Amino acid sequence: MVSIERFVRVKSLAEAYELNQERMNTVLGGFMWLKMGNRKIENAIDLSGLSLDTIEETGEEFSIGCMCSLRTLELHEGLHHAFQGVIREAVHHIVGVQFRNGATVGGSVYGRFGFSDVLTCLLALDCYVELYKGGIVPLHEFATMKSDNDILVRIHIKKDGRKASYQSQRITRTDFPIIAAAAAKKDNTLFISIGARPGKASLLIKDDCLLDENSADDEIAALAEWARDQYKYGSDIRAGQEYRRHLAFVYVKRALQEILRGVTA
Amino acid sequence: MIINIWLNGRQLTREIEADLLLIDFLRNNGCYSVKRGCETSNCGLCSVLLEDKPVLSCSTLAARADGKHVYTLEGLQPQAEEFGSFMADQGAEQCGFCSPGLVISVLAMEKELNNPSDEEIKEYLSGSLCRCSGYMSQLRAIKLYLDRKGAQEYERN
Amino acid sequence: MSAIDQPVRKKDAMALVTGKPVYTQDIAPKDCLVVKLLGSPHAHALIKEIDIGPALQVPGIECILTYKDVPDSRFTLAGQTYPEPSPYDRLILDQRLRYVGDAVAIVAGENEKAVEEALDLIKVQYEVLQPVLDFRRALDHEVIIHPEENWKSLAPVGADNRRNLCASEEVEYGDVDQVISECEWIIEQTYHTKANQQVMMETFRTFTHLDTFGRLVCVSSTQVPFHVRRILANAIGIPKSQIRVIKPRIGGGFGAKQTAVSEIYPAIVTWKTGKPAMIIYTRRESFTSSSPRHEMEIRVRLGADKEGIIRGIDVYTLSNTGAYGEHGPTTVGLSGHKSIPLYGKVEAFRFGYDVVYTNVMSAGAYRGYGATQGCFAVESAVNELAAKMQMDPVRIREINMVRQGQVMPAYYGEKLNSCALDRCMAKAKAMIGWDDKYPCKDMGNGKIRSVGVAMTMQGSGISGVDTASVSIKVNDDGFYSMSIGATDMGTGCDTSLAQIAAECLDCSVENIIVSGVDTDASPYDTGSYASSTAYVTGNAVVKTCAALRQRIKAEGSAQLGCPVEDIEIDGEKVYRVDTDESISLKDLANGAMCGNSNALSATESFSSPVSPPPFVVGMAEVEIDKETGKVDLIDYVAVVDCGTVINTNLARVQTEGGIAQGIGMALYEDIKYTEKGQMVSNSLMQYKIPSRLDVGTIRVAFESSYEPTGPFGAKSIGEVVINTPSPAIANAVYNGVHVNIRELPITAEKVYMGMHKEK
Repeated sequence: MVSIERFVRVKSLAEAYELNQERMNTVLGGFMWLKMGNRKIENAIDLSGLSLDTIEETGEEFSIGCMCSLRTLELHEGLHHAFQGVIREAVHHIVGVQFRNGATVGGSVYGRFGFSDVLTCLLALDCYVELYKGGIVPLHEFATMKSDNDILVRIHIKKDGRKASYQSQRITRTDFPIIAAAAAKKDNTLFISIGARPGKASLLIKDDCLLDENSADDEIAALAEWARDQYKYGSDIRAGQEYRRHLAFVYVKRALQEILRGVTA
Repeated sequence: MIINIWLNGRQLTREIEADLLLIDFLRNNGCYSVKRGCETSNCGLCSVLLEDKPVLSCSTLAARADGKHVYTLEGLQPQAEEFGSFMADQGAEQCGFCSPGLVISVLAMEKELNNPSDEEIKEYLSGSLCRCSGYMSQLRAIKLYLDRKGAQEYERN
Repeated sequence: MSAIDQPVRKKDAMALVTGKPVYTQDIAPKDCLVVKLLGSPHAHALIKEIDIGPALQVPGIECILTYKDVPDSRFTLAGQTYPEPSPYDRLILDQRLRYVGDAVAIVAGENEKAVEEALDLIKVQYEVLQPVLDFRRALDHEVIIHPEENWKSLAPVGADNRRNLCASEEVEYGDVDQVISECEWIIEQTYHTKANQQVMMETFRTFTHLDTFGRLVCVSSTQVPFHVRRILANAIGIPKSQIRVIKPRIGGGFGAKQTAVSEIYPAIVTWKTGKPAMIIYTRRESFTSSSPRHEMEIRVRLGADKEGIIRGIDVYTLSNTGAYGEHGPTTVGLSGHKSIPLYGKVEAFRFGYDVVYTNVMSAGAYRGYGATQGCFAVESAVNELAAKMQMDPVRIREINMVRQGQVMPAYYGEKLNSCALDRCMAKAKAMIGWDDKYPCKDMGNGKIRSVGVAMTMQGSGISGVDTASVSIKVNDDGFYSMSIGATDMGTGCDTSLAQIAAECLDCSVENIIVSGVDTDASPYDTGSYASSTAYVTGNAVVKTCAALRQRIKAEGSAQLGCPVEDIEIDGEKVYRVDTDESISLKDLANGAMCGNSNALSATESFSSPVSPPPFVVGMAEVEIDKETGKVDLIDYVAVVDCGTVINTNLARVQTEGGIAQGIGMALYEDIKYTEKGQMVSNSLMQYKIPSRLDVGTIRVAFESSYEPTGPFGAKSIGEVVINTPSPAIANAVYNGVHVNIRELPITAEKVYMGMHKEK
């Protein structure tokens, strides 16, 4: 297990930031994955005292504190209705209620894990990461940035009226996904994200998308094929490359069908 | 470091190592109902209530429970007996090693969900693994328990 | 009957559901040394040098043991009756390391952190050797896994360590090649099952200490306390009289704890240091260094005539025992002996096998014990035969299944005295709606629903070997205390055996207290494995109660002054049949504690010349996504013939639990190794056992036969219930999308790839 010399419940983000500049110090998220490593941590930086565990909703956006639990995210009615339940759909498979009460949004996003349902889902939304020093960065940029010593403070999701869908396949219902796909549409722009390939999710944008509820199956399929081909796939303990590639097509297609027609095929 | 925890309603002040896990803190303080079944946050055996929410005590630093209320079955004996008797009537406990974690989650579910469907029950409790029972007897016990609680509620109103 | 066939609560139920401290770790002394093992990083290596100097300097370290510190006499960890069929191929620590995780050193210290630090400081120089990782190439491989001179096999099982061969045999009845060659329909296929993990929720754990007399006391989560006593004596090289083994409550076993996985390590630490010591396996260690199911590859050849009557079955099993031979020679036998006899019209059969050593973790006992693997293979082959003949797979079983009264040549020539397999099939068919649903229905939304079937049998104890003893005594006020050597591991045998005793003694179950196992105090029992407890120990209870009744009658006749023939007992009182004069059992018992020279107690043993098989028919309904191959289990029906049901709740839960484990094996659980022999699926994160969302709906019913040799007609139930899901679900998949999955688990990927390969 990880070892920790000191546990520091910081009084301010400035204090957290300063501590986090040392290599042997680290910010605690939910501690779900961190504890499984063998790291020796000098100062474990705990942000629990900074009231960052809530979701605030305004007319324009949702502002989600980094210490907000995945369970809080899952149960938030405003988020649920704003994005057709995609966030709940992305989160509710993750291990179990007890786990999701512990795991944090900040930890999930900061980790930028390949298997991340949260990252895959949020990428398809108009989502931003608020960093203490770095300011506000679009999530798709943050996803490709190297880990540094900044502090992830909040996640912002804009209420821009996107229609979204989240799809995934797992070996058991509470396992990591063997593929995860999210899609969202605003006007004629499509936002697609495919994760657990098993590499981490990244955002694909398609402008001038003319698909609508009357589009034929093969038009939708053609777009899903195109989206599939924009990503690389690999093999791991859970699934092979060829199969994942096929699943990416199937689930992007189903996500598009859901967005356009409001039903999953 | 020194922490203050309200453990089963009683305030405890203890000197701990910074990386002590809540599960070990609890077992060191006599709460043997809390079991460890894995190291990867998957099994749910170590579930306890932290500020009324079910959490994995194996994945929670004891330091994070500082100033908070923690409940284990040691502090919930009447509730455990009440629901547990429904488990016992089904033979649903089998080896019993996962029972305390499940009971904690059922007590939390009861407060959180109103009149849950079978699917909602299964989903809420999916983080509590059991290898003996095949889960069906637990579902029977939970439904009978919730039905009776519901009936009691109805009579009171 | 009052106590039998009842949903009696388990005697320990309320303690368990309210979280009382009753398991091994909960009751250990606070000052136990923490014991941990250094595992080999290599699949095959020799220790050239090992330096423990710096590690010993860590404050709090009490002792570090290497191969230089342990006896050089080999033994087996298999919990089996002496002389064990499993070879004596182990040392506590060996210079040769045979799998990744094999113990290199034992470290004991005051706390976990010190021990972890010391483990990091042990410096080992390994001579890395070529490993044998493919069990298909292990036999007569140039690399020998057990070249040592003092390797020995105590039983004639066909073992030859120079050939990497742990056991080998072939039996033939009739001329199977001739019979199959005459058949209209022939199937020949090979099936592969993996080394599933038992995943009992309580991992392996043991603590040891010395008692007042300097004897070694071992408290362990084990299914086999008496065997553990012998194993520890063999391993440490001390007399058995110096060892006492106690079994507290156990957090599940499923066969895993029929191997003494953890006991030897704290035991030798305590023996060397005189201090109490405890080992708690991490989940990871429980995955990498334990006793999983034997991986098997099974070739099945079936021949049937034009009506579908199966005339010949030829089974060859290759079994992978891994680095050591625990349960290797015995599990393999069940792959044929529990699968072939289901087909009662077979004129000839052949069953051959080889069990080979490889450089992966040693296998052991897991519920089903080879029968599970054989069931997947033979039942799948029968389903393929039915498909080839375009015959309903239920129908082919109806016309071929073994019937009550038949002699079973493939089951050691035993006569089948009780069998409701036909009724099980009919009931299962009705419950799942087979005739409406077979083979499949297109749901019109990209999904197909289909059904599949399998049947199975197991035994009830090991005939002529398993031995159970039971002691019962009458106490103050007439309550009974019953000592058993069988181990309740959550299964509830403390309760179900009390039900049998209550039935025999005409009293309430509450009037019988049951003591679990302490080898100093309990009567001998081989242990709880091989589906033996209800049948073998249950029979011992019946026998003991009969003897005790005679003693009570004798005491009654003395007190009432009449011949013993005139005495009867009704549970409450002892009375004279001629005069109705009586004395209450309470008064009799209390009287027996004053100036009495007759012990009101009895001890009897039981062993059975036969092992009557229980039966299960399993039917699965699945929904398959045509586009992805994903299989969702919707409904599973199991109908069981375990003879008379002793405890209706416990039998039902055993069945539901066994089915769920079988579903895990069928759909989710997979052991994977790297090309260097390191296990990848070494946690509950990577080895996926089913959650409650993954088992569909499991529905269970009983169709009881009456076993004349069983206690009140009972047979076993513990193991047989795990066998059917793999072949039944595989059959459902075939019936839905015409893909035969012959290697478990049945993943969406395999189904999808199969759909696209065969088209």
